[in-house]
Amino acid sequence: MKFLRILGLLVIVAFVGIFPVGIAPNDAVNSVAVFTLIGAITVVSWNIFSGYTGYISLGHSVFYGFGAYAFALASQNWHIPGGWDPFLLLPLAGLVAGAVALPLGWIALRTRRHTFVVITIAFVFIFQLLATNLQGITNGSGGVFMPLTPWTDGYTDLPFYYVAFAVLLVAIFVSWRIRHSKFGLGLLAIRDDEDRALGLGVKTAAFKLTAYMISAVFVGMAGAIFAYYVGILYPQFSFDPVVDITIALMAFLGGLGTVAGPLIGALFVIPLQQYLDLQFGGNGVNLMIYGALFLAIILVLPQGIVPSLQSRWRAWRASRNTTLDSGKRATNQEQPAFLIERGGKG
Amino acid sequence: MTLILEGVLLGILTGGVYALMASGLTLIFGVLEIINIAQGILVVLGAYLSYWLAQRFHIDLFVGLLLTIPAMFLLGMAIEWAFIRRLSWNRVTLSILVTFAIAIIIEGALEFFFTTNLVQLQAWYVDKSIKVPFLDFYMPYIYIFAFVLSVVLLGSLYLLVYRTTFGRCLRASMQNRTAASLIGINVPQVQMITFGIGVALAAAGGMVFGATNAFNPASSYDLISRLLVIIVLGGMGSLGGALIGSVVMIIISDVVVLAWDPIWASTVFFVILVLLLLIRPQGLFGRLEGRKQ
Repeated sequence: MKFLRILGLLVIVAFVGIFPVGIAPNDAVNSVAVFTLIGAITVVSWNIFSGYTGYISLGHSVFYGFGAYAFALASQNWHIPGGWDPFLLLPLAGLVAGAVALPLGWIALRTRRHTFVVITIAFVFIFQLLATNLQGITNGSGGVFMPLTPWTDGYTDLPFYYVAFAVLLVAIFVSWRIRHSKFGLGLLAIRDDEDRALGLGVKTAAFKLTAYMISAVFVGMAGAIFAYYVGILYPQFSFDPVVDITIALMAFLGGLGTVAGPLIGALFVIPLQQYLDLQFGGNGVNLMIYGALFLAIILVLPQGIVPSLQSRWRAWRASRNTTLDSGKRATNQEQPAFLIERGGKG
Repeated sequence: MTLILEGVLLGILTGGVYALMASGLTLIFGVLEIINIAQGILVVLGAYLSYWLAQRFHIDLFVGLLLTIPAMFLLGMAIEWAFIRRLSWNRVTLSILVTFAIAIIIEGALEFFFTTNLVQLQAWYVDKSIKVPFLDFYMPYIYIFAFVLSVVLLGSLYLLVYRTTFGRCLRASMQNRTAASLIGINVPQVQMITFGIGVALAAAGGMVFGATNAFNPASSYDLISRLLVIIVLGGMGSLGGALIGSVVMIIISDVVVLAWDPIWASTVFFVILVLLLLIRPQGLFGRLEGRKQ
């Protein structure tokens, strides 16, 4: 069974690895693929914090923006030529985002639930305004230009694709390791009942802040790749509330708090968004279709694709073999208690 | 000094309008326990409805409210009935996504019908100004009319919530949904009507917003961020908090705009919010959240 799983994973990795050269050597498709990978990095790392702890952050685009600006300004000031060299700055972008997450997390994590959500939204607008107004540093709405890439047609997207894929693999690995560690168990305990977790000796404040910073690092790197890929950086597209909502949407569609769910969500949402933009342009019809589809999916599959399939699969297996080890199932991830609607407020 | 007084006066006059939109949002939060992200675009929708009535049928903006407020009330009830009520699992977060999806659909429809060009509502009281005694500056009549409108509507809202049987049911559902339904209150109905009222208030706020600002469908992002900040500042679910939060926010922004620089108005306000929440995480008038994450 384990062997089959590893084999399956290898097949998927190999497929994604040869996708842009072997299966669809086409600029338009590759561009969508790059955006999908960038989106997947953001949602996988967002899930490390929000999915595991249950604190829904709608402000991770702050780290996206910080990563992007750190990357852009560093490559501009150090006169780094376009090509592979700027990618060496990715860890720097991630570290800057992680460092920013420390004070922001310290402030925001003093609150819970709705207030936390709103504070994180406020962060996005604060930094969007700062990026627009601090023209000395960011050149305001004039934008910052990235180094030009030397790659020519048919080959332009591939470096971004593979770098994003590599970062994504690292992010997935970190997410998976955390999920199966004591640290991850502590985060899940915070999600289910924070006060009880604290009472049982989980250092909730430190755990939440650490998870927040780890997730910020990868979001920052995604922002940097995005900036380099798009070539020009504007405040409203780097500190973008739409990015936050897209992240939350991907995570919820796929399944919050699972390792695979966010990936599936990204695979579904970003290509759809790109397709609708291309097909209908900016006259509003794309938004209507996108919104309607998105609404329909939330209402039909409120728990997300992966948890829904998992429960179907479990039900199917149980019906085939009722004597199957029931002890094993008890250790499976059941629905966390806080996600189930409670009647009263008291 | 005059500038600051001017800012305070404008803040008091327009703060009421934000209080209208924010009390809709905070009521919905209080009763349904959801964050209505669509409130921003619903305000813009209200503004466009007034715009359409004025352009197409030459209906005065304030008279037009007699049509737009009931229409938006029905729209709100329909949204609650069709979508919000279906959420039985993880309401808090799914409601954010569902209302955001609704916001996207409305934004798309508005872009389709009205394009993204900035428009502003026109009427004689928008163009004509009155000289303010003692302070020596001119102010369009709309500010005074808007203030009267918001006082009337907020007064009726107060009477509705604190002096009627429906208001008692509403407050009961706010305090404890299970207990309220146990004593025979039809909680889903109360929720539907509350959502309708919240959206209807957005229509009124939208008209004034459209008369005092140039707007397009994308204005909703700025609006919803301001409204969320107001209700967090005031304490979520508290009507008085929404009122105080709006006035405080608008006064701060107006004073910063007039005395310092328009580009810093929102930043200063957001920073003040963050500082306040460091001291009082529940906002000015909010209740502390107990053992629930």
